[in-house]
Amino acid sequence: MTDILLYASFLVPLTGGLLLLTQKDSENTRDVISIITATILFLIILSFYPTVLAGNTPSVTLAEPIKGLGIVFTVEPLGLLFATVASGLWILTTIYAVGYMRGANESNQTRFFLCFAISIAAAIGIAFAGNLLTLFMFYEMLTLATYPLVTHKGNEAARQGGRVYLGILMFTSIGFLLFAILWTYSLTGTVEFKPGGILRGHASPTVALILLTLFAFGTGKAALMPFHRWLPSAMVAPTPVSALLHAVAVVKAGVFTVLKITVYVFGIDFIAETGAGTIILWVAAFTLTAASIIALTKDNLKARLAYSTVGQLSYVIVGAMLANAAGIIGGAMQIAMHAMGKITLFFCAGAIYVATKKTEISQLDGLGHRMPFTFAAFFVGSLSIIGLPPMGGAWSKWFLLIGSADAEQWILLGLLLLSSLLNVVYLLSIVGRAFFLPLPTDSATPLPAENIQEAPLNCVVPLCLTATGCVVLFLFGDALYDFLLPILPKTEP
Amino acid sequence: MSQIPSQLVEQLPAVQLLLTLLAAPICSMFRNGDLSWRIATVASWASVACAFALLHQVWGGGSISYEMGGWPPPWGIEVVIDELTAIVLLLVTLFGALVMTALRKSLSSIMRHQRQSLYYTTFLLCMASLIGITITGDAFNVLVFLEISSLATYTLIARGRDRRALTAAFRYLIMGTIGATFILIAIGFMYMLTGTLNMADLSERLPEHYDNKVLHASFAFFTIGIALKVAMFPLHYWLPNAYTYSPKATTAFLAATATKVSLYVMIRFIFDVYGVEFAFGQMQLGTLLVPLSIAGILVASLTAVFQDDAKRLLAWSSVAQLGYMALGMALLNANGLTSAVTHMFNHAMMKAGLFLALATMIYRTQSSSLAALSGIGRTMPWTTGAFAILGIGLIGVPFTAGFVSKWYLVSGALDKDWLPVAILLIISSLMAIAYIGKMLDVMYFKPAPAEFADIKEGPKSMLIPCWIFALLTIYFGIDTRLTAGLAGRVASNLLGAS
Repeated sequence: MTDILLYASFLVPLTGGLLLLTQKDSENTRDVISIITATILFLIILSFYPTVLAGNTPSVTLAEPIKGLGIVFTVEPLGLLFATVASGLWILTTIYAVGYMRGANESNQTRFFLCFAISIAAAIGIAFAGNLLTLFMFYEMLTLATYPLVTHKGNEAARQGGRVYLGILMFTSIGFLLFAILWTYSLTGTVEFKPGGILRGHASPTVALILLTLFAFGTGKAALMPFHRWLPSAMVAPTPVSALLHAVAVVKAGVFTVLKITVYVFGIDFIAETGAGTIILWVAAFTLTAASIIALTKDNLKARLAYSTVGQLSYVIVGAMLANAAGIIGGAMQIAMHAMGKITLFFCAGAIYVATKKTEISQLDGLGHRMPFTFAAFFVGSLSIIGLPPMGGAWSKWFLLIGSADAEQWILLGLLLLSSLLNVVYLLSIVGRAFFLPLPTDSATPLPAENIQEAPLNCVVPLCLTATGCVVLFLFGDALYDFLLPILPKTEP
Repeated sequence: MSQIPSQLVEQLPAVQLLLTLLAAPICSMFRNGDLSWRIATVASWASVACAFALLHQVWGGGSISYEMGGWPPPWGIEVVIDELTAIVLLLVTLFGALVMTALRKSLSSIMRHQRQSLYYTTFLLCMASLIGITITGDAFNVLVFLEISSLATYTLIARGRDRRALTAAFRYLIMGTIGATFILIAIGFMYMLTGTLNMADLSERLPEHYDNKVLHASFAFFTIGIALKVAMFPLHYWLPNAYTYSPKATTAFLAATATKVSLYVMIRFIFDVYGVEFAFGQMQLGTLLVPLSIAGILVASLTAVFQDDAKRLLAWSSVAQLGYMALGMALLNANGLTSAVTHMFNHAMMKAGLFLALATMIYRTQSSSLAALSGIGRTMPWTTGAFAILGIGLIGVPFTAGFVSKWYLVSGALDKDWLPVAILLIISSLMAIAYIGKMLDVMYFKPAPAEFADIKEGPKSMLIPCWIFALLTIYFGIDTRLTAGLAGRVASNLLGAS
């Protein structure tokens, strides 16, 4: 039964996507199919919880393209968490996207939803990948499937953005990631994900250092500087794409990959012993500080959110590289928490665009009273990103701080706190502007201010739900901790 | 009743060769192009069936020996079929038949009706001779068939509508003849030493002459001669022009088969006839082959990036890809050889598909320059879609055939602890992204030139073969029992023989 469900988790979005092609002419049927597919997928993913909570890791082999190396799906806590986040938010994003795409009169909507479904299938593939080869295959599939989404508008800016997107992601993945995978394979003779890692005893500390650096930079989707440029470029995509793919599926696939490699290929003890994470730890620390500072300078709302994402992703990397219990747990939690918070912010950005056609932060003065739900949600999402209680984000930041204290990385601790302060400035200033500054009176703005209302209902409802989700995650912090505990080596408390 | 099929099965190796060889003169007797095309297509698909049947018989490591005309070897000509032979046979016949199917439409626009039947004749002769090279167990026979195939190829290339096709064919003629002469000298020397031309016999008798200077000379002549035929860097001089100016779909056939069969001959002779120890130990072939193939991969890939003509770009990419196969062979370990044999098949499939898709586009635009192909993704979405899948396969993206062969190749390099080689291979993959990406970028995003703004999708007879190639590329990226599985067994056989 679990086998069938495992196959289904990958095939359902694909089938749903293909079904869309048959309904090109009737928008409503098409969008209903999208939503139903998303719901079925989410239920399937949820059905794995009893098995995994009982301590099992079901596994199936799909095919074996290279001798001894199969396309293997394995469900373990970390992957299941990522799959839950991706598939759960897919439902909301679909509802939201229907409203957005119609509201903004975008063309080629069928292609849009098809590529969306393929991307989700790829994200699920990444989440359940049982070895590095499978992971790599779906990683590339995700890059290719999202490319048409990024270039959706088809104008010069979209093409330029798409070129940077594809260029960086392909370059890093084939140049570094594939190479690192092959190197691992030739060192150990396997690419399987195993608790405790596979590299111990096969790699010297120097090799481990080089390998981990290759892996981290090779995962271009994790947006470590200097390979972060693709993420701001990808913001030319329609907002639902930015929301799901560039706050959830794509970027989280990146940091998830790094986390999974740290835990299941290197093993955190091995990293702690050899110091293999040193280079990347500081690269990530630099990235999260620099990205926060750059975010401050951006006036375009989506660009600011994009740089904020770059910074927040590095929190996960920092957690992974700290290689202690609190760091890993904090990093894993950050995947879920940040996803929930950032998707809220992107939903808000999209709702603002649909309702007012405004994209710059300096144009948002006084809109808070016109669009109270949107901006309230934006406030909640911001608090969660910053890491203040009572929002989910508080937990991940908390564990990351503990992790860096455990590792006695005091400079890092300082940087994390500094970055949180910067988050406060660049996020809450937007909310402040919307609520406390008066509406502009000049007619230079696209729409007369008096006519501005909330965006359509299927834009506003999802963003309220995700904002609520941020609070709910705070209440379930403990449960999440217990759920993630099995991924740590047994010796740790 | 039950004896007839079993007798037929015994005669399969002969049937395989004769089907196309006999269909050729029949085709030439008709003045009706369509009728000849029908005969040629039926004959080539029948030989695909034959190839499958033979593959089935040797599957798992078997081998068939057939005596032509009932003369036992070494007096008569022996036909030997093992797994390596069978996969090359399948490659030649299957991809040849697919191209043949698509050929009619492509030709009808550039050739008068009466001439076409002669063209199909030449095509069939080329195919028959390639089959002959593959299945024969006789060294001199290889040369004979090699000559037939070369002559047929010159004719095919010279039929290009561009005047430059004539110089391209002439250039190939000169180079090809030099190559064939060298091979003739090499085989002559071997005959001188051993008094036999049967390959199995040769491999038994050659070891006692390993210190003989004549054998050394023979090996040198053979290597240079066959490298010319394979278009191995830096002896690739003839290939880009020959591919660029040969008529349309023909390029697809040549790119898929001609160089691959030459490569097969190279593997056969070096590993089975001369012997691994002699070739790589005593004669140090590796020290020559490794740097040259790497240089070839990098130089040709880089050249491809800067081409403005899609056909020429793909031709340069072929030179680079042949470098992969040569490198895989020169690595001399299980993974490397597996990659060489797998890539032989995969590359043939992907390149044939790419050239065929390109031929479909050229059928509408009459030009293969990138400027003429801009925006074709909107006017001919299906053709461009197939082209994109095949191109992505060539880069070596996961889930495509190209990934499998590259994985084995880099693994092979890492098995030898050749880290720099592995890094260079990765860099060459990035160059492949650049040149394939360049074409796809133009096809999908540049606005179409005004005169081609409303061209229609290509004819179905061309489109369907294109998509078969594209789907096969994905299929062999997932199920690799036929390609890498077989290649793995072949590799351990070839290495085990040493």
